[in-house]
Amino acid sequence: MNAIEMTNLTKFYGKARGILNVNLMVEEGECFGFIGPNGAGKSTAIRTLLGLIRPTSGQARIFGRDIRREKTRILSETGYLPSETAFYPGMKVGDILKLSADLRKKDCAAEARRLCQRLNLDVNRRADELSLGNKKKAAIVCAFQHCPRLLILDEPTSGLDPLMQREFFTIIKEQNQAGATVFLSSHVLSEIQQNCARAAVIREGRIIACDRVEALAQSQTKRVSLRGSVSLDGLPGVRSRTEIDGALHFLYDGDMNRLLQTLAAGNVADLSVTEPDLEEIFFHYYEKGGEEK
Amino acid sequence: MTLLKHEFKQGFKSLAVWTAAIGAFLAVCVFMYPEMENEMQDMSHMFSSMGAFTAAFGMDRLNFGELTGFYAIECGNILGLGGAFFSSLLAAGILSKEEKGQTAEFLLAHPIGRKKLLAEKLAAVFLQIAGLHLLAFALAAASIALIGQEIPVKEIGLLHLANFLAQLELACICFGVSAFLRRSGLGVGLGIAAVLYFLNILSNITEQAKFLKYLTPFAYAEGADILADGRLDGEKILLGMGLSAVGVGAAFWKYCRKDIQ
Repeated sequence: MNAIEMTNLTKFYGKARGILNVNLMVEEGECFGFIGPNGAGKSTAIRTLLGLIRPTSGQARIFGRDIRREKTRILSETGYLPSETAFYPGMKVGDILKLSADLRKKDCAAEARRLCQRLNLDVNRRADELSLGNKKKAAIVCAFQHCPRLLILDEPTSGLDPLMQREFFTIIKEQNQAGATVFLSSHVLSEIQQNCARAAVIREGRIIACDRVEALAQSQTKRVSLRGSVSLDGLPGVRSRTEIDGALHFLYDGDMNRLLQTLAAGNVADLSVTEPDLEEIFFHYYEKGGEEK
Repeated sequence: MTLLKHEFKQGFKSLAVWTAAIGAFLAVCVFMYPEMENEMQDMSHMFSSMGAFTAAFGMDRLNFGELTGFYAIECGNILGLGGAFFSSLLAAGILSKEEKGQTAEFLLAHPIGRKKLLAEKLAAVFLQIAGLHLLAFALAAASIALIGQEIPVKEIGLLHLANFLAQLELACICFGVSAFLRRSGLGVGLGIAAVLYFLNILSNITEQAKFLKYLTPFAYAEGADILADGRLDGEKILLGMGLSAVGVGAAFWKYCRKDIQ
């Protein structure tokens, strides 16, 4: 069964573009990455899924249920971690966790205690006195304490220190192994690369690539590094060209024979051709606009 | 009921402050009555000869020499205006504060439908207004008993009931407006209460503005009319209920469609 299914999902804010004809499927049990720069439409897609905003057109389903007609049922099985967290002033962390559990009509005290211990979160602190990182931890516990079937995480690590980030991803892995579907939106590409099996790239409201993370990384594009004197002028497919300490680095997605001919015509002292990382692939998509899949 | 309880807890301090302030002012005025009682006949005469100002506040139809007449003016000013500001501020902010404080995303990511959210928030507004009025009535009655006067239960009860109903109407109108706001409802709430209050004053001053009585809930909370008739104006209250329904209906219509920011 698909955990998430978006069909031509479109959202305009007045005349401003939110997302355009987004088609995406996330299978139940997957850890799925959603990559894009700020303003690409990641949060719009997520907020539409959660019913916070109404789609202009198109449809979306979560666990086969329509997001508009069966919103309450969907939300009871979903944990959402927003990119920016705000809580009610004057409330203690413990009160907020209790409020969240009560709104779900569940007793989550044991799981909340366990998560607070792991994240080193003091439940007696007032929410309006919390640092950004501690606010994020409180939001994580709110999103996870009812052991949801689907976790929707929007830029989840902002504000968390590296140790907490590691603990957080360990918790995600455990939840995922226990059967939860994870939809991880981030512009930190290493997070996606290390934690997700599949990912989609969104740019200017459109999905421009969706594949297994390894497949996205193993595109035609190669990272070439060389020492020597080579003229790359007139060679199509060369991008992101830089020279560092006498070494020439560039991304190449053109014809491999032409590259070899060009290199052979020059004087190459050292050469390496490697797979680019996801970050480089992503910027390639971003800069060129990519091709819709 | 979770949200209702949450709202009540969130609003408790504000409710306590407003109730204490209104209750204390009511009590102080009642305690002043025995000293002023003898001078009231002269004052009544003086007030009744102040032209438009007298009419504006209904003082031409009230006898200051009697506790009920004195209380009607006092009640209209303190409970009427104070309670109206409290009710308007509370209702105008009850929905908009979630977006202003960026807590709407937290709240609406929980499995609570928007209709249920609206119903519980409206119930929280009503309960807080009812709480204020119950305590204000109890304090007023206790103060009257303390100065050794017999409590005019019917008159005082009708005055308080009328103000309670008027403030529920104000709250419903402001609740409707709140659904359209994304920022603080403070200015809007105060503005609506003040405008409707002055519409009633205007309708008291000039005959041409009498029709305004049908637009403002302050009209059926007018102490002079209530004491003179010995009952509430059912027609105006019914009209007020209609306006309340429009306010609540607008809130449900808008908020169930609203994109939450």
